[in-house]
Amino acid sequence: MSRTDADVIDALVGITPGSPLDAIRARRPEARAHAQATYRALFAPEAPGNVTAQERFAVGGFVAGLHGATAIAVCYAARLAESGASAALKEAVDAAIAEARTNGPYGRYSAGPLSREDTAGLSYRVGAATRRTLCPRLAAAFEHVHMLVFHPRDAAPAALQALLDAGWSTTDIVTLSQIVAFLSFQIRVVTGLRTLAGRP
Amino acid sequence: MIDTVLVPPEHTVPTVFTRAQLDWLPWLEPLAVDAMTERHMTSLVDAARVKSPYFRLLARDPDALEARTRTDKDIFYNPDAGLPRAERELAAAATSRFNGCLYCASVHARHAATYSKREADVQRLLDAGVTADLGERWNAIVASSVALTATPSAFGPEHVDRLRRSGLDDLAIADVIHAAAFFNWANRLMLSLGEPAATAGP
Repeated sequence: MSRTDADVIDALVGITPGSPLDAIRARRPEARAHAQATYRALFAPEAPGNVTAQERFAVGGFVAGLHGATAIAVCYAARLAESGASAALKEAVDAAIAEARTNGPYGRYSAGPLSREDTAGLSYRVGAATRRTLCPRLAAAFEHVHMLVFHPRDAAPAALQALLDAGWSTTDIVTLSQIVAFLSFQIRVVTGLRTLAGRP
Repeated sequence: MIDTVLVPPEHTVPTVFTRAQLDWLPWLEPLAVDAMTERHMTSLVDAARVKSPYFRLLARDPDALEARTRTDKDIFYNPDAGLPRAERELAAAATSRFNGCLYCASVHARHAATYSKREADVQRLLDAGVTADLGERWNAIVASSVALTATPSAFGPEHVDRLRRSGLDDLAIADVIHAAAFFNWANRLMLSLGEPAATAGP
């Protein structure tokens, strides 16, 4: 994954020009181009606002790590290092992944007939040692990100209030949410297409 | 101005998956229409979306919103071969059912029913969940969408094989992958930035 405009999904799947998957992706040219445009908007934005490159790549590495998508996590970790992050921050991301990994989706529904489908699971709180390296703003983000990745149906206004309290503005929260949601797409496209390519 | 969480007006919380029209109430402040720049407006892609609090909230990051929307439209509306529209919508509905997004499930279950004319099967997916028996081809699409939606992914070569046995070519399988993957994007925004509400309509 580079800072140039090489297609990130192609690179992560290992799609080469002229291959069968290259031809398949070419049949959905707008989806291909705009998945890449979304990557650019979220990881190399023209107007980054208040969300720093280090925050974007730290979240990227955390999301990929939570998905068990090791190769993708390595790419975001490399971009985090390039963005000037300390070795301690990279270690804190890895520690958070180790603390927070579980299996989703789980969560609760509003009380009613669907309550019988409620499934308990981890509500992640960043561990004390990890929290010392992540600033409070990033620690709050990681707790929210974990919910978005594994149990999004537990979302509630209180989770957004925790982000506001930690210094995320409304616009910052939209960007953070798009990063996690987009990666939930990107990682699945890569996983799915890799599996398809492995079954000629 | 200090940003705050919004308290939605009094409303009826839907407690079952439904094909009925639902509202969506934001927990964060959408952009005010009269505060939107030209860039905010073009990021909506469809001008009519200015009426939607969901899209006016996402317009706070216009580049991400516009690229999201153009990705969405090609995955679901591109008519060039691959998976029929009804089954792209089925993958979206199944993903939303599994993640627990009542709002997204309502919209895409309606679309799946409209394009397939299989209202009873779509309703069975909503009522009984993703293990409902919908016939082998639909079962294969639902099971593949669900496996890809699990975190970590449970999607494997056995899903590709089952889709092929059901008559899907590789472009159609790629469409299942993209439709399910896209709703892992959409569900997370819809679920976490606001909540569904039953409409007061007839």
